[in-house]
Amino acid sequence: MGACTKRGLTSLLAAILLLVSCLPAAAQDAYAEARRRMVREIAEMAAQTGAETGRPRLDARVMAAMGEVPRHRFVPPREIGLAYANRPLPIGHGQTISQPYIVALMTDLLRLKPGDRVLEIGTGSGYQAAVLAHLGAHTFSIEIIPALAAQGRKNLAEAGYGQVRLRTGDGYYGWPEAAPFDAIIVTAAASHVPPPLVQQLKPGGRMVIPVGTAFLTQHLLLVEKQPDGSVNTRQILPVRFVPLTGGH
Amino acid sequence: MMSMNVVRNDHTPPYLAVGLLSGAALAYEVLLTRLFAIIQWHHFAYMMISVAMLGWGAAGTLTAILREPLMRHHRAVFSATAAVFGLSAVACFLIAQAIAFNPLEAIWEPRQFLRLGMVYLCLLIPFLAAALALCLAFSRFGAEAPRLYAADILGAGLGALGVIVLLMALPPQRALPVIGALGFAAAALNLGLRRRPAWALLALGGLLALLPGAWLQLKPLEYKDLAQTLRIMGTRVVAERSGPLGSITVVASPQVPFRHAPGLSLAAAREPPEQLGVFVDGDGPMPVVRFNGNLGPLAYLDGLTWALPYHLLTRPRVLILGAGGGETVLQALYHRARSVDAVEVNPQLVELVEGPLAGFSGRPYRQPGVRVHIAEARAFVAGSRAQYDLIQLALVDSFGASAAGLTALAEGYLYTVEALNTYLDRLAPGGLLAITRWVDLPPRDLVKLAAAAIAALEARGVTDPGAHLVLIRSWKTGTLLVGNKPFTQAQIERLRAFCHSRGFDADWYPGMPAAEANRYNRLARPYFHEALQALLGPQRQAFMERYKYRITPASDDRPFHFHFFRWKSLPEWLWLRERGGVSLMEWGYPVLVATLIQAAVIGVALILLPLVLAGQRLPRRGRAAVLGYFALLGLAFMFVEIAFIQRFMLFLGHPLYAVAVVLAGFLLFAGLGSRLAGRLAWEARRIVVGAALVITGLALAYLLLLPPVFHALAGLPDAGRIVVSLALIAPIALAMGMPFPIGLRQLANAAPAFIPWAWGINACVSVVAAVLATWLAMHLGFSAVVVLAVLGYLLAAGVFSRSSL
Repeated sequence: MGACTKRGLTSLLAAILLLVSCLPAAAQDAYAEARRRMVREIAEMAAQTGAETGRPRLDARVMAAMGEVPRHRFVPPREIGLAYANRPLPIGHGQTISQPYIVALMTDLLRLKPGDRVLEIGTGSGYQAAVLAHLGAHTFSIEIIPALAAQGRKNLAEAGYGQVRLRTGDGYYGWPEAAPFDAIIVTAAASHVPPPLVQQLKPGGRMVIPVGTAFLTQHLLLVEKQPDGSVNTRQILPVRFVPLTGGH
Repeated sequence: MMSMNVVRNDHTPPYLAVGLLSGAALAYEVLLTRLFAIIQWHHFAYMMISVAMLGWGAAGTLTAILREPLMRHHRAVFSATAAVFGLSAVACFLIAQAIAFNPLEAIWEPRQFLRLGMVYLCLLIPFLAAALALCLAFSRFGAEAPRLYAADILGAGLGALGVIVLLMALPPQRALPVIGALGFAAAALNLGLRRRPAWALLALGGLLALLPGAWLQLKPLEYKDLAQTLRIMGTRVVAERSGPLGSITVVASPQVPFRHAPGLSLAAAREPPEQLGVFVDGDGPMPVVRFNGNLGPLAYLDGLTWALPYHLLTRPRVLILGAGGGETVLQALYHRARSVDAVEVNPQLVELVEGPLAGFSGRPYRQPGVRVHIAEARAFVAGSRAQYDLIQLALVDSFGASAAGLTALAEGYLYTVEALNTYLDRLAPGGLLAITRWVDLPPRDLVKLAAAAIAALEARGVTDPGAHLVLIRSWKTGTLLVGNKPFTQAQIERLRAFCHSRGFDADWYPGMPAAEANRYNRLARPYFHEALQALLGPQRQAFMERYKYRITPASDDRPFHFHFFRWKSLPEWLWLRERGGVSLMEWGYPVLVATLIQAAVIGVALILLPLVLAGQRLPRRGRAAVLGYFALLGLAFMFVEIAFIQRFMLFLGHPLYAVAVVLAGFLLFAGLGSRLAGRLAWEARRIVVGAALVITGLALAYLLLLPPVFHALAGLPDAGRIVVSLALIAPIALAMGMPFPIGLRQLANAAPAFIPWAWGINACVSVVAAVLATWLAMHLGFSAVVVLAVLGYLLAAGVFSRSSL
């Protein structure tokens, strides 16, 4: 009996919270704590996996952006309760929005400076583009699913990232008019690294491609264009794991 | 023989109805694996169907508890449950599909498991309904058990054949109501066709079969490759084929072209030409490349890791295994191969490429010098006497076996040590075997393959296997070359130039300095080079022990190349679970174990339930004997059947022949055996002990003799191999069909209340045993499974002889 009442009270409280969170002014506060918790989790994971990723501490600016961009505005209404959980979420059309830790790690790997030009292939719900724009990068983003492109455009505008330049279409040839880019992030599945994108990368520029399935990023591919124009790649496991017991 | 026109009286067992219903239920099981492979992924299909099959055991439980009322109305209950099977076969699948369990999200979302439970319950219903009817027939007509069991499994055998024919004629979603209608037909036959309700049932079945296609539409999960592709602007389906090997969908994407070129060199100047995407069961795409006779646009095929062998050989005679949409054939033509033999298992794929898509594909299989063979790769090589300079397997996953649905985890016959040896046998002096796999992190697939290649070379007496190996890698693909002669210095120079110009890494070549590893596509450490070094050195065993994935090579006895899971790594994977560690785990094995545990727990509960709820109606005496005898039979029958399906699959080659011939062969001959046992005038104990001894002798003899016999007869044409297989299956299956019905008949005389419980025990254990056999084979090998089965039969015979049954 007691437990029942308690559960009833909790759900009432949750309902009130949800109601309150619908009021725009209060919303910032309602989610600020959730965001702080998310950022703490990201920092913790980064510290644990630093040996593998080479980034035990993510760039403070990236962490600040993660703590400020309203992720709940970029997930479908029925997933809002999980917006700040450290997990990927479905955004419809068979697509997902990456786990916050992966978003932070990928953004960190791009080593952006304010004013950099960055191209994103696969806008999705617009969250990654918002993080990039929040860091002060001139952000260009291309999406191939028209319905998703419209949704991403709406989300970005409503969250105050209307400056992100969006296009619906094939990302393979990049955005030649805006090239060259300091960084490129490909969030769509790719069987190979599109040569036009490599060409549109500035010498010294970096490209990040997550490899995996809808709900699982298996590893990250980092393409680095050297100052002399030569290109090599690094494959980064987002988790600390060595294949040999008692290994290095 | 019975006549169709008799009015049934209560003393004639419904043989025909039993056979028909049993066949429909088996066909339904096979069909479900096809349907779920399309809307889901096959590992999970395997789990869902295995657990749902326990409906079979639940029928025994229910009948044991409600024996009297059910027996009183057995005729009506049989027809009612058969009709419920017919209806629910269709309805429950559609509901299960609507529940949309998403295994990918289950890692993050425990609520998904609620959906999984709902799917189980849903799929349980049709199996429970069909089994209720059958169990009731055995309970009512136990004295006729041998004839009834013969009808039961002859029907099942014909069902196994019938569903394959059905799937050749109809897409799986259209085959579904046909099987449902069979349930109604069985219900009608049971009543006797002179009765009016029988005709009403037939009419209902007919209506079901004519269900509008729109109601039966398959709704694949939106995360399947095909579903995702069709969301892209401008995509459209240009051709479809459906068959028992899988549903093929060809998609054109003019606005955002397919550009399938895995791991294409970053230095590639040319992008791939236009492609069509081919999806099998919604997974893919595999490309069909536009080709008009001009080789120029195919230049990109030289920027893939598996172009390497063409730079080490001059105008080779090439054998391509798993030719698919013809891309690797074009690659061979681009490199001016002298001749190309292309092997593809799915005839519909070749028919599409050469027929409706010919204007696009340029008919790669009919180019000068190219011959296409419709065959399974391993069987083709085993039966061939030709010599090749290059045998190429590029990213081939033997989809046939998994699509046939029986062996979700046993798809590794392409990459066993024996397989590699069979390929090496077909190489001319100086020839190369080239196998390309995906690069996975941390490395496992290619490492295990390299270990298998080393074992194969050593089995051929090569003392320095490292001199016969090359491994190169892009960020996405790795290609292993195995030579039957050591690589020459000139070849090594060419391979280094090949890698350098394309930005590929050499991970191994004879004499490679460690400093050269891990240059272009850098990993945290030069994992591949270190692994090859360890595998070729004296510390090989220790290295395989210390490795966190299972990388001991697969063999024909344990053909599980893709089984990388190790229990000792599980705690670490689980600890890393939410830190992205799930991707480190291999799914096939945990899903199999989860299936086994669920099935075992539910199965034991179903077996014990009648003792708790209807204990007073079951005699006290003989419980242990009934439990022991029928459980052992269920276990042993399944073990023999599954182990020999594996063995014959290798011999018959074609996965469909294996299913049809072996499964149907076992069931049909076991049915005949049951019939024969019913007629034998011997005392029961003699039949059971005799059968167990025959099974023991034959099973052990087959263990020793099948490999050399199969090797010697590999060159026979299909028909010859089918006849040989049936001849080998016949005697052992005849014997295997005897102990179960003899046991039931004995119960009918001595303690009929036991019959439904005994039937249920056998059913529950059979379901668990099917999963257990695969699990055991992974750890001990299929030979051990056969030995255990033999022990099971001998023990069962012992229980039977000593008990008072």
